[in-house]
Amino acid sequence: MTQSFRTASGGLVDRNRPLTFSFDGQQLEGFAGDTLASALLANGVHLVGRSFKYHRPRGIVTAGAEDPNGLVQIARDAARETPNLRVTQIDLYGGLTATSQNCWPSLRWDLGAVAGIAAPLIPAGFYYKTFIGPRWLGASRTWSRIFEPMIRRAAGLGRAPSRPDPDTYINRFAHCDVLVVGAGPAGLAAARSAVLAGAKVILCDEQSEFGGSLLHESQSLLDGLSAREWLNRQVQELESAGVTMLKRTTAFGYYADNMVALAQRLTDHVADVSAGAPRERLWQVRAREVVIAAGAIERSMVFPNNDRPGVMLADAARSYLNRYGVLVGRRAVITTACDSAYAAALDLHASGIEVAAVCDLRQQAPPALASQIEARGIRLMPATTIANTTGGKRVTGVIINGDASGTNKQSIDCDVVLMCGGWTPSVHLHSQSHGRLRWDADELVYAPSDKRQGQQSAGACTGRFTMPEVLADGDAAGSKAATSVGLPTAKPSLPEAENWVSYSGGHLGMSDTTQPTSLSKAFVDLQNDVTAADIELAIREGFRSIEHIKRYTTSGMATDQGKTSNLHALAIAANVTGRSIPEIGLTSFRQPYTPVTFGTLAGSGRGYLIDPLRTPASDPWARAHHAVFEDVGQWRRAQYFPNTGEDRRAAMQRECAATRNAVGIFDASTLGKIEVVGPDALVFLERMYVNSLTSLKPGRCRYAVLLNEAGFIIDDGIIARLSDDRFHVTTTTGAAAPVLNLMEDYLQTEWPELDVWLTSITEQWATIAVQGPRAREVLGDVCPELDLDHTAFPHMSVIECELQGVPARIFRVSFTGELGFEINIPTGYGLSLWEAFSEAANTAGGCVYGTDTMHALRAEKGYIIVGQETDGTMVPDDVGLAWVIGKNKLDFVGKRSLDRVGQRRSDRPQLVGLLTESPKTVLEEGAQVTADSNPPAGTAALGFVSSAYYSATLDRSIALAMVAGGRARIGERLFIPMPDQSIAVEVVAPVFFDAPGDRLNG
Amino acid sequence: MLLIKCPYCDEDRPELEFHYEGEAHIARPPDPSTLNDEQWAEFLYVRSNSRGPHRERWRHLHGCGRFFNAARNTVTDKFIVTYKQGEHPAIDGDDVEPSP
Repeated sequence: MTQSFRTASGGLVDRNRPLTFSFDGQQLEGFAGDTLASALLANGVHLVGRSFKYHRPRGIVTAGAEDPNGLVQIARDAARETPNLRVTQIDLYGGLTATSQNCWPSLRWDLGAVAGIAAPLIPAGFYYKTFIGPRWLGASRTWSRIFEPMIRRAAGLGRAPSRPDPDTYINRFAHCDVLVVGAGPAGLAAARSAVLAGAKVILCDEQSEFGGSLLHESQSLLDGLSAREWLNRQVQELESAGVTMLKRTTAFGYYADNMVALAQRLTDHVADVSAGAPRERLWQVRAREVVIAAGAIERSMVFPNNDRPGVMLADAARSYLNRYGVLVGRRAVITTACDSAYAAALDLHASGIEVAAVCDLRQQAPPALASQIEARGIRLMPATTIANTTGGKRVTGVIINGDASGTNKQSIDCDVVLMCGGWTPSVHLHSQSHGRLRWDADELVYAPSDKRQGQQSAGACTGRFTMPEVLADGDAAGSKAATSVGLPTAKPSLPEAENWVSYSGGHLGMSDTTQPTSLSKAFVDLQNDVTAADIELAIREGFRSIEHIKRYTTSGMATDQGKTSNLHALAIAANVTGRSIPEIGLTSFRQPYTPVTFGTLAGSGRGYLIDPLRTPASDPWARAHHAVFEDVGQWRRAQYFPNTGEDRRAAMQRECAATRNAVGIFDASTLGKIEVVGPDALVFLERMYVNSLTSLKPGRCRYAVLLNEAGFIIDDGIIARLSDDRFHVTTTTGAAAPVLNLMEDYLQTEWPELDVWLTSITEQWATIAVQGPRAREVLGDVCPELDLDHTAFPHMSVIECELQGVPARIFRVSFTGELGFEINIPTGYGLSLWEAFSEAANTAGGCVYGTDTMHALRAEKGYIIVGQETDGTMVPDDVGLAWVIGKNKLDFVGKRSLDRVGQRRSDRPQLVGLLTESPKTVLEEGAQVTADSNPPAGTAALGFVSSAYYSATLDRSIALAMVAGGRARIGERLFIPMPDQSIAVEVVAPVFFDAPGDRLNG
Repeated sequence: MLLIKCPYCDEDRPELEFHYEGEAHIARPPDPSTLNDEQWAEFLYVRSNSRGPHRERWRHLHGCGRFFNAARNTVTDKFIVTYKQGEHPAIDGDDVEPSP
């Protein structure tokens, strides 16, 4: 039985290189040069999958990228499983392992097929109707837990791989004069005329061989040569002329300014892939001119049960025969509305396949072709359509309507039905480039018309199908592209074409429009199981726009995007609504043309290369000491440093207590730092920040607040004046880049007259905070050369100095309420300084602490965190920071907005403290604050809990909240309604510890 | 991916290097305190939302860092012209006098 459907000779496969492969566990044999589809067909296998919705048996329909059915899962190993690959595009290699999809327990015996019996219950829009769940189930979760997953499992394609993709993918940017997409006759001619004119040309084709339709052309002669000989000569010439030739490379997306994205498959066709070899390459080609020679796609025909395995496209059968030496069956019936199927009939007949009948839908078969058919004794039946097919897992025959009245039915046995509804130009790339389309009612095609970018379509994708037209068109397009980029026109001689195939004729919609569609399964879209009746139903339910019909029926969706079917759907919708096809419209063609792997798009941009990890100076030490980390934007920060046996809360309590009682060391390197320098630096900062800074003397610091022009707080930090014209400004961790950008914006565009330079110095300085009553002692231990006396170095001052020869900037500032210093040192010295401090802190009875403790300590003091207490709608007064604003300033960013009516309302959200009545209960951040303990649904909240911690210092829970008119509510009892209880709280001032601030001067 | 000409670098560079910065030629009032709430709200929030040619600000963020202006057609997404601060080249479809 091995390869019993292989011809004795012929085709492009290498019969000296047999390859074994497996399909659903069955070992089969093919040849090098096969696709998986041709190898399966060579073994008589048509049944390759089950349909999406009804689980009907499905076979291979086409020989190319447009195949709606032949989707399989390919597994190389446990991590390399690729679902939804088309059998028609998989190059065979020895040991290839493919499995069918969407069937259980097996492809041949699929229990899901009962869905076919229940088909009347699964109409168009089924998913929209069903996923809502029936109303009688109420808010029950049974639906979402049991039924919905069942439906989702039944309706599906392949399984997504469960492991990270181990392969590597690469990326290349390329520039060229002319990019030619498609290496069929038009593309080859275009590349030739362009390269002869001196253009730098890239030619790509999605297939494993160049040539397009020439690869299976049997009768045409070009310059007296067979198509294959001429093709080989062309490819050689182009290669030696220096054209970049890319096989297995799909131009999947046309983007702005002539950027075309290509996906090149490098190793999927190779049996033994060397380790580390990249699997795919993404080309981002910026072409001065593009020639689209994407060809045309043969259309199916719509008749009842047109989806049985063995029903396929006529030219695909010709391709399997001529290119691969494969017989698609033994006895064929051909149904067509187009001349090209006659070429298939003749080739199949010559190969020994019995052609039982050629049924031409048209009233008149083309006379010249008709006589060739009849001369071979093949039965030709004009004005004939297929009324039905018979069979199960393989078609066994057709029932034909013998004449227009439909009365003269007869059945014909066959094992393949070959159909050709005409040809649809591949206008995808033209359309993606925002080119317009025009409807050609004579040829029944949408063809490219106006273009918006430097591109031309050539050949069959323009609706010109015959060989002489295609060659002339490609040649002209190549010349024109070369001229457009300023090259002289070369005049290569056009090849002389003889015996070319005619592509006249075509049909759209139901083959037999006299028959009712409602009860028959006449499939329009095989991949999504959309029948003609479904489209009619959608229109009956009120959908008119083709975009809506598409979404409701799912016609033209999923991996094939309706390449063989879309025009049928349009024609049926037009027919039902009594409108013309252009009136129905056309759905958008979007990138990608065929599916592209995520790996190709990601390239090397995975893991930390797409999302870089930033680490502060102490990170190696923190990892060595088993810190627990949290991500803060791209930064990885130590959250707490648990001792053995400690949980998060215990670690935080210990760190808090040690800092309040002795000393704590904290890595604040992630704070943004901007150096503002220049004669106008002070003026600039005065205009940006709300503070008055004129009185800020060199050597002093000030807490500063930054607003946006709408008056809302966007950042806070410390402004340290190092000298008259030099300021060191800190920002919050997340705002480092946005604040610098905002400053640049004002400096460049509003106040370009100011002489100021802005420099990000976040990465230059590591910042280590030393906080606590023994901070001076610890700092003095490590840096004995410093004069840390309170009068020499008071709170809110800054010194520039050297620590053991290393420049440093030391701030006396505090985010804990304790005596505190922040030491900035060049980042490379940050780790050793951290180590010295942590050791000194240990000796002094202190410890290092993480962001948990930092948060809790500042909350005890009522210090806000921008983005936690504020949400982009808070003005300074809301969070008790009105005192920061310079009273006599005429202007600063956001000042005018603070005078708006809305900012003077008494019910503005205001920062308050909350104390739970039960001191051990810690509130949930983000919880709502209400006046009633059990407010009725729809009651507006008074505000929200912004920060909540268990305070080790106070041994009770504390919280900060933003509450409407909160300061006037101090002393009131409010509630925090939670799902299980309502928590009573007392409103208090937002400072829980050391309200006078004595400890700062410790 | 668009190609955008930075008027300072005088180079066509890919869109990825740039950042859109909103409508152009909306100068901050020299003395905001003289504006009433309505005028101030107009400055803060009201934008032309043009269909067709649109004057807008861009920044060559991952290049020279400069802010510049552009006229772009919002229907075709084509840049008509990019220009330095202080310039204001005329384009077809201009009917609005620029603010300073």
